[in-house]
Amino acid sequence: MKLSCSMFVDFINGLISKYMPLKLCGIVILSLSILTISSVCWSQGNYKEAVPVAENPEIEKRMLALTEDLRCLVCQNETIAESRADFSNDMRRVIREQIQANKTDAEIIEFLVDRYGDFVLYNPPMKPTTVLLWFGPLIFFIISAWFLVKYLKGRRLQIQEVTLSEADQKKIAVLLAEKDAALSEIQVEKTDTSPNKNNSITGVNQSKSEAPSSENKGNNV
Amino acid sequence: MRYLAPLFAFLVLAVFLFAGLSLNPRQVPSPLIDKPAPEFELYNLHEPEKMLSSRDNLGKVWLLNVWASWCVACRDEHPLLVQLANSGMVPVYGLNYKDENATAKQWLRLYGDPYVVSVVDPDGTVGIDYGVYGVPETYVIDKKGIIRHKQIGPVTVDSLQNTIIPLIEKLQRQT
Repeated sequence: MKLSCSMFVDFINGLISKYMPLKLCGIVILSLSILTISSVCWSQGNYKEAVPVAENPEIEKRMLALTEDLRCLVCQNETIAESRADFSNDMRRVIREQIQANKTDAEIIEFLVDRYGDFVLYNPPMKPTTVLLWFGPLIFFIISAWFLVKYLKGRRLQIQEVTLSEADQKKIAVLLAEKDAALSEIQVEKTDTSPNKNNSITGVNQSKSEAPSSENKGNNV
Repeated sequence: MRYLAPLFAFLVLAVFLFAGLSLNPRQVPSPLIDKPAPEFELYNLHEPEKMLSSRDNLGKVWLLNVWASWCVACRDEHPLLVQLANSGMVPVYGLNYKDENATAKQWLRLYGDPYVVSVVDPDGTVGIDYGVYGVPETYVIDKKGIIRHKQIGPVTVDSLQNTIIPLIEKLQRQT
């Protein structure tokens, strides 16, 4: 599995190095097609106006850093940074305005929490209502660890060291000796019949019929 | 006991999952409940030269309904708002949210106008102050200008009868 994976990667790498100019070509074609499509949309007028990017890249950087930890309330599993909902556009605009007004990050977050509640934060604050959220996993871990330890201990208790009596040891010795004897008998038969190819099948048959009988003997002891 | 343990675990899980089914992730509890309603001063939809301030409504219980002509769910709740306004029980004010005046007026002509006054919030600034993130939303504001209830999504017969109207009656009895 490992081998085939690395082989695959090598293969892809080889392809890329071999056809690098082709890939570049592809990118050029792709970007050209995007340009033409967007220009067609532009001329038809059924485009959505692009959200104006703030002139100041520093504001944009701070805004992005902030919005990556904020929830879009309309599309709730997206951050405001990645969402294209109107709500997120508004939020980005508001945050840009506040940054321009020299508000600190904490003040901006407070502004949003005042209006939309803690739900807007992807990083929830520690509060009496969020204690379970913060420590729930730890509590679950402790409880399950306790159960695991208990279970493992119980299993160890179940496995009891059994000391065999002398009679048992003798019984085992007899059984093993019989088994060895039966095995050597089979081997002797095999070596006898091996030169004769036709008889080899019967030899196997004999060994099979031998095995149950030895078991029977063992049981009788 | 050994064999009942998985069953017990399943039951606990099932209870949690079942409770989860009845929760609505869209009902985000508003932090503005029991806080003063954010102040605004906006112009009227029908008489743009007139301004309405939220302070003008101090001393009475009122509803602020956030609506827009582009909002489909607003059409669902609109007949109820018209009925409520006609009953004279409570003044309903509108916040026309991110809309165009002409289409908004046309919309009111078409579906009826329950609003004492509808103010215009073209870029949603006041909406953000009120924590609006989906239209329609309806706020119940008491005599002291404090938000007592926020209805997220359209007003329904059920929410009116069981929550909003009893709350209005209670608030109107307060001085």
